Amino acid sequence: MTRIGREELAQRIASDIPEGAYVNLGIGAPTLVANYLPSDLEVILHTENGLLGMGSAPAPGLIDPDLINAGKQPVTALAGAAYFHHADSFGMMRGGHLDICVLGAFQVSATGDLANWSTGAPGAIPAVGGAMDLAIGAKAVYVMTDLLTKAGESKLVAECTYPLTGVGCVSRVYTDHAVFDVTGGGFQVRELFGGTTVDELEQLTGLSLQLRIES
Amino acid sequence: MIDKTVPGTADAVAGVADGSTVMIGGFGRAGQPVELIDALIEQGAGDLTIVSNNAGNGDTGLAALLAKGRVRRMVCSFPRQHDSWVFDGLYRAGEIELEIVPQGNLAERIRAAGAGIGAFFSPTGVGTELAEGKEERTIDGRRYVLEYPIKADVALISAYRGDRWGNLIYRETARNFGPIMAAAATTTVAQVDEVVALGALDPEAVVTPGVFVNRVVAVAPRGWVQDGIFVGGVDIEGRPLEVLS
Repeated sequence: MTRIGREELAQRIASDIPEGAYVNLGIGAPTLVANYLPSDLEVILHTENGLLGMGSAPAPGLIDPDLINAGKQPVTALAGAAYFHHADSFGMMRGGHLDICVLGAFQVSATGDLANWSTGAPGAIPAVGGAMDLAIGAKAVYVMTDLLTKAGESKLVAECTYPLTGVGCVSRVYTDHAVFDVTGGGFQVRELFGGTTVDELEQLTGLSLQLRIES
Repeated sequence: MIDKTVPGTADAVAGVADGSTVMIGGFGRAGQPVELIDALIEQGAGDLTIVSNNAGNGDTGLAALLAKGRVRRMVCSFPRQHDSWVFDGLYRAGEIELEIVPQGNLAERIRAAGAGIGAFFSPTGVGTELAEGKEERTIDGRRYVLEYPIKADVALISAYRGDRWGNLIYRETARNFGPIMAAAATTTVAQVDEVVALGALDPEAVVTPGVFVNRVVAVAPRGWVQDGIFVGGVDIEGRPLEVLS
């Protein structure tokens, strides 16, 4: 069985993003995807705090506190960028104007439910931010995650046990072992990394999985 | 003659009553009207409901208002941050109420209040615990929940430049909640780096028309812009970088 690293996974996701796409990369690991978008392709990154055409981090002396991303890190604006207020920004999502959004996850269910905002642990301070809007706010919602938790439990599940972020919203899951499409019939294995087999994935996830047949 | 400018931040926040609902612009530190918040602390209003995306950073601005015990209730999307220790402490001690609203619903509820919309159906949050108890409807095969507007007695926002009619422009992602909060409050107060002459703002580029703004006050300009040109030289909190010798 083969696993790929987080950077390699980010690179794999980036290779599926076509020129001209409007893309929102969630906070955390998904932001790595930006580093692997080919510089000769124009992909427009959206950040929900009001910018289309987000560029990379600035040099240290050129940090602009007014120009930040959703993770509140300093960024730059590309030529052709546009600023807008929060209601317009979330209207872009909700209105289906973004092509792809890449998010992290605690769990994804076989019907595409996403849990990524709260573990429901007692005493935790709830904070949802834009997670629920992003989950339902792009034509394609990709999840980037390890297949297993640190405790070895599958993040792909028959039904989420953590509080839901969105219902039936995930279209594809990129994990360190394989790529899965969410279909009407559950998870379908789209791509296996290295020597990983469907049997091994079924053992790890406890789910019945289909292998996508190239037509 | 219309002149919405006021001499100082104390005049700008005069009259905020105990028990008011106050919207505070900003996303993290960007666009947070820190000078107006400081003036509100000085002014003394308490028992406040604060509507803001976050619940304060570090010990300044909104965090300082919270630390003074002036806030009864927070309405926000994302209180928990790496530097939200003031809010975290109050919440854990049971000394503050919290309503969590998904960020897009928060923005649209504020926008709806300013636009005179009675309520709207949103797909965000459907099937989650944040939609529990809310009316749900299926429209054209998609599930939605009913969301009501959020209006305020006062909005405190930070813009870049304004004129005496209250027209405003912003700077980059510091715009965030400013334009929608300006429209959603009975009294909207804008702090700006510079009050410019009427006519100096390009009408094609005005972001918030003055009809939404009641008071404009000039505060110390941000240090990373000079004569309208970005010069940098600061960290993410706007503090000057150490000069290396």
